[in-house]
Amino acid sequence: MLDSPDTPAPAKRGRGGILERRRARTALWLLLPTLFAIALVAGYPLFRTIYLSFTDFNISTGDEPHWVGLENYWNVTEDGVNIGLLADPAWWSSVWNTVVLSMVSVGTETLFGLGFALVINSKIKGRGLLRTAILVPWAIPTVVSAQMWSWMYQDSLGIVSSWGRHLGLLEVGQSVVANPNSALWALVAVDVWKTTPFMALLLLAGLQSIPADLYEAARVDGATRLQQFRRITLPLLAPALLVAVIFRTLDALRIFDMPYVMKGNAPETMTMSMYARQQMIDNAQFGMGSSVSVLIFLVIMMFTVAYVTLSRVDVEGTR
Amino acid sequence: MKTTIALTVLALFTAAPARAGVTLSFACDSTGKGYEICKAGADAWAAKTGNTVNVIQVPNETGDRLALYQQQLAAGSSDIDIYMIDVVWPGLIGVHLLDLSNLVPAKEVSAHFPAIVQNNTFNGKLVGIPWFTDAGVLYSRSDLLEKYGFHSPPKTWDELASMAKKIQAGERGANPLFQGFVFQGKNYEGLTCDALEWLASFGGGTIIDSSGKITINNPHTLEMLKTVQGWVGTITPEAVTTYAEEDARNVWQAGNAAFMRNWPYAYALGQADGSAIKGKITVSALPAGASGHGASTLGGWQLAVNAKSKHAKEAVELVRYLTSPEEEKRRAIQGSFSPTIASLYKDPDILAATPFFGPLYDVFVNAVARPATATKAKYNQASSAFANAVYSVLTKKQTPEEAVNALQSQLTRVKGKGW
Repeated sequence: MLDSPDTPAPAKRGRGGILERRRARTALWLLLPTLFAIALVAGYPLFRTIYLSFTDFNISTGDEPHWVGLENYWNVTEDGVNIGLLADPAWWSSVWNTVVLSMVSVGTETLFGLGFALVINSKIKGRGLLRTAILVPWAIPTVVSAQMWSWMYQDSLGIVSSWGRHLGLLEVGQSVVANPNSALWALVAVDVWKTTPFMALLLLAGLQSIPADLYEAARVDGATRLQQFRRITLPLLAPALLVAVIFRTLDALRIFDMPYVMKGNAPETMTMSMYARQQMIDNAQFGMGSSVSVLIFLVIMMFTVAYVTLSRVDVEGTR
Repeated sequence: MKTTIALTVLALFTAAPARAGVTLSFACDSTGKGYEICKAGADAWAAKTGNTVNVIQVPNETGDRLALYQQQLAAGSSDIDIYMIDVVWPGLIGVHLLDLSNLVPAKEVSAHFPAIVQNNTFNGKLVGIPWFTDAGVLYSRSDLLEKYGFHSPPKTWDELASMAKKIQAGERGANPLFQGFVFQGKNYEGLTCDALEWLASFGGGTIIDSSGKITINNPHTLEMLKTVQGWVGTITPEAVTTYAEEDARNVWQAGNAAFMRNWPYAYALGQADGSAIKGKITVSALPAGASGHGASTLGGWQLAVNAKSKHAKEAVELVRYLTSPEEEKRRAIQGSFSPTIASLYKDPDILAATPFFGPLYDVFVNAVARPATATKAKYNQASSAFANAVYSVLTKKQTPEEAVNALQSQLTRVKGKGW
């Protein structure tokens, strides 16, 4: 009785070993094309960018890249001026703009998106139509909607400026995008308008995965609507909410198209990606631009690490 | 449409070897009527020679065009055969352009203004043939000048400010959106042009002198910035900081401004049928500042051939056709594009269509060049630093003193070990 389970065990392990090894080999072969594709489309550009960030590559002069070490990041000239990227106030202001824009718009979108998701998840009339209608802003290409908003904000013909004048908030010739103190908030409004539907859609999927009998049981126990929301909906929605917030934050940190269409290279709304583009494309300095890209990569990585850590803590907490 | 495709396919497979015609791609203009007028010229050449010209749609603003072309040229692309290039670009993209000095007869080249030909010579290569020149000019509403008892357009910036104030105050009653003076105040190359005009007219130099020395930090710059900051919110809408050429022209052409600074192209559009201000436009030289004289920034566009072009021979022919006196004359009449050939400024047909070309001849010839030669490949960075500083003064984010100090250090950073 005691022997019987012991004796087959080594044989099993041995057989399992061969099988496992064979399986692992097959898996490796099956994975190879994917790994190759990832190396080609993600690995190569990433390492090329990191390499170029240590060179003085300029696309207009036609010269080959020269290794300059850390000069793009930190470079004090003989006159005592630091011409490195880390000493450029424009870079730091673009980091600040991007972080503010991302935080505020993702926060607002999450609240609005949750509200919309709750509405379209409830059994109301015309729910199908509502779901479709809500997606319209998300479906319009960003460049088109940014241009549309630009015209709405335009000082003499724009509807937003006209309302502002009627309400006595704006004077003739003023507009919320032109004023450097309100420009960033005007852009936040556009971003919220555009991406709330995306948030709502992700959260709706989360809501639909919550079993209906939980609510039934809660009702039987006499829980109020608010209690149901706080004790059932929110905790069970948390994983979906977290994924949606991470997605949107990482997306928002890379924002380029909407602010560029609406404000060009204006300093008060310049984001990190716009700064990278200005160095790389406008100024033709691919070396410097690559350094900016590397820094953007690091900033976004910091956010990702922070989120992943936070989500782990949260998962353990709910257990 | 279907027949066109069928014919093209047919032509590709059957007639192609027999026919000599090639297809050229041409990155031309898009501002105002620029595309239509350019296409008319290219099509006329195509019809005459049996070739085909694809006139590509290009971005509206010069900076966006440069960004696009820089990428195409740096990638060694041969997709575009001919580029219309800005007067400040030869130093930025010259290495990728074909040397035209041995391909265009010297007699044809020397017909154009020598200063522009000199500008288009990069490292001893002639990289572009002048096509039209540009200089900032002042547009005034002649009907309003008369209505408010002024006999001529303003001669100084102070005069412009007081006239604009009076007209704006009087017109606001009937038209609440009326503005005194509009210009290009968005943070882009156009602001560099406008601000260089103010700077030069105040005697503040040209940002960086011909030896490469940074000269911006001087009392005249401060005086100029203070004056300009005073306009914003009084005679100029605060939203001028979102205006490029076309935004300013839209306000002007709707009849909502007394004065406008713009390039000559806006004249033909303002005088076109359907314009609210047709027949009410006076064009004059830009007003004088503290230095006692006015200044216009030299703009203008050249035609260049991509060194990688597969049809360089035909491309050069098209460039020669488009820069001929006949074609420049047509463009001057239809689009008020200022010719680059001196004799055309005395042509009666041109003067009938665009009367200000005669009296403003000196403005075109003496326009102030942007410091592109001194700053070489770093011109774009120097220019955007300057535009940025002026922009921060227009938006009142910085005082003139703060802006000049920040600009001085930014230009030093850009200069680094040298231009």
